[in-house]
Amino acid sequence: MKKRKPARPQTLKEATFHYCPGCGHSVIHRLTAEVIHELGIADKAIGVPPAGCAVLAYFYFDIDMTEAPHGRGCAVATGIKRALPESVVFSYQGDGDLAAIGTAEVIHAANRGENITVIFVNNAVYGMTGGQMAPTSLLGMKTTTSPKGRDHVREGYPVRVCELLSSLDGAVYLERTAVNSVKAIRKTKKAIREAFQTQINGEGFSLVEILSPCPTNWKLSTVDSWKWIDDVMSKYYQIGLIKDTRKGSSKDAD
Amino acid sequence: MKTEAKRLMRGSEAIGEAAIRSGCSCYFGYPITPQNELTEYMAKRMLETGRVFIQSESELAAINMVLGAAATGARVMTSSSSPGITLKQEGISFLASMELPCVIVNVMRGGPGLGNIAPSQSDYFQATRGGGHGDYRTIVLAPASVQELFDLTRDGFDLADEYRIPVIILADGMLGQMMEPLVLKDTPIAPEELPEKPWTLRGAKDRPSRFIRSLILDVNLEEEHNWRLYRKYQRIERREIRFEEYFTEGADMIVVAYGTAARIAKAAVKKCIEKNMRVGLIRPISLWPFPNEKILDLTKYAGHFMCFEMSMGQMVEDVRLAVQGKAEVSIYGRPGGVVPTPAELFRVISRTYNKILREKKA
Ligand SMILES: Cc1ncc(C[n+]2csc(CCOP(=O)(O)OP(=O)(O)O)c2C)c(N)n1
Ligand code: SF4
Repeated sequence: MKKRKPARPQTLKEATFHYCPGCGHSVIHRLTAEVIHELGIADKAIGVPPAGCAVLAYFYFDIDMTEAPHGRGCAVATGIKRALPESVVFSYQGDGDLAAIGTAEVIHAANRGENITVIFVNNAVYGMTGGQMAPTSLLGMKTTTSPKGRDHVREGYPVRVCELLSSLDGAVYLERTAVNSVKAIRKTKKAIREAFQTQINGEGFSLVEILSPCPTNWKLSTVDSWKWIDDVMSKYYQIGLIKDTRKGSSKDAD
Repeated sequence: MKTEAKRLMRGSEAIGEAAIRSGCSCYFGYPITPQNELTEYMAKRMLETGRVFIQSESELAAINMVLGAAATGARVMTSSSSPGITLKQEGISFLASMELPCVIVNVMRGGPGLGNIAPSQSDYFQATRGGGHGDYRTIVLAPASVQELFDLTRDGFDLADEYRIPVIILADGMLGQMMEPLVLKDTPIAPEELPEKPWTLRGAKDRPSRFIRSLILDVNLEEEHNWRLYRKYQRIERREIRFEEYFTEGADMIVVAYGTAARIAKAAVKKCIEKNMRVGLIRPISLWPFPNEKILDLTKYAGHFMCFEMSMGQMVEDVRLAVQGKAEVSIYGRPGGVVPTPAELFRVISRTYNKILREKKA
């Protein structure tokens, strides 16, 4: 069989990503777009990109989108979803955006059981602003604002967002995945589909946390970034289903 | 049209009822005194009418919920008091740039900082200068009675939609608490009866996808965006100025006051008139756009404009700009939540008025 270049999903515009080579955002955009297309929800999907490297996502997704101030994605998504319950709303956020400045918004959206989906891209740094420490940066990790390596005495511990949210009854589907191998990418796509399906079924708050390479700020090659996710990152951030309390949960859907 | 009978209503409830009758389908707010009655009224009425009410986790969240709901085309309102309005400023700047309509009520209290919960007018600068970062304006309406709280909120929703701009209702704790007769002259409109807006995000069904943003990295495009906003602001300045005059014709001295201060000023000026003093009052109702031309025109009578504000004097700067050096401008400011009586203000006006007369004779 001849190898074919995979076709562009219809929910992605014909534009060239501005992301660095090897960046996880490119893959995650594509997976999200594919899921939206496959679920047939492109005509009622509304996306909320963050302030962060993905700020220009509205140039790529061929669906309705609105910008949100840094960290406020979950509040903006809440406003959209409540005003227009028949829409399918997702917020796309980085770890600085969601786990630092937007912590209150994600916790309370989850706690209210807002029927929205969050695509949470954990790359353990602030990408857009040049590689500063994120709440998710690992202990010992050197960043431009933790030049000696993150020390919990000075800088606190890395935040595990899924685990943090899992105590909230309103959060019904929380899964952590990665995008550093074909297998991991397949699992991520499945998790994104599950998350959107949760919303379509009206079951409440869903979030997929995706361990995502930032080769530029990790100062690693693409291949080494993938390896680092396996060897270091996923040791601290446990990959897998963190919480599923959906009534109609379809754990075997593949 | 049939006019409804008068009913007695509290100020904060008049705002809430105006929102309901304007077809406001979403309200987001966070508790803060002295505007809790409004949030509570909305909680009750929005649920009764099957609309959206959320008590948000913060004012930051509330204004961003406003942003999301406004992007779908819904009529949407939030309310707060001074410290909470400060937290909303980032969002208001985004709303202004993204041209998303909404109504924001500020029931002002004494400041700075946590200040106190007494009526105040110390957020005039914040309201009329945009408030957040960037070159932008919001329409600012300053009611002075329960009837006006109702009418201006009602108009606020229309103006917000017409110009795609956030509209601020600048009230204070006194107006919010006050009970006064209210006549409902309007025809209520339900959310589903509102005309469709051509720019909203409701899913790209049978049309190309859309996005709404404020990030414009290309400096030339950002400049053009600012110019476009500016031209809109100029249009508003030409068309939306509102004020009330009281005995201004032939007055030697004119008091300038808005909101609660204008009520006190009106009573004081009435006393002046009874004593045959040639004193008038101009009450700006739209604080932005400000009635510059009207005030300049009044310099043909009056050589002195006295601003009375429940602050150290903020609007006075606009009055100074408006008179273009053709009249003297002074300020009687009472900050911190103090509300002087008409008698007190009358004494202050008299002092200045007599000084003017003496100078005229000399
Ligand atoms: C109020 C505010 N503070 C700071 C910023 C600057 N800023 C933009 S993106 C960002 C962090 C982005 O990091 P992250 O959320 O991890 O996303 P990434 O770029 O890594 O995908 C910051 C601090 C901003 N836009 N707004
Ligand atoms: S800086 Fe990092 S997150 Fe941002 S585009 Fe480059 S690789 Fe991706």
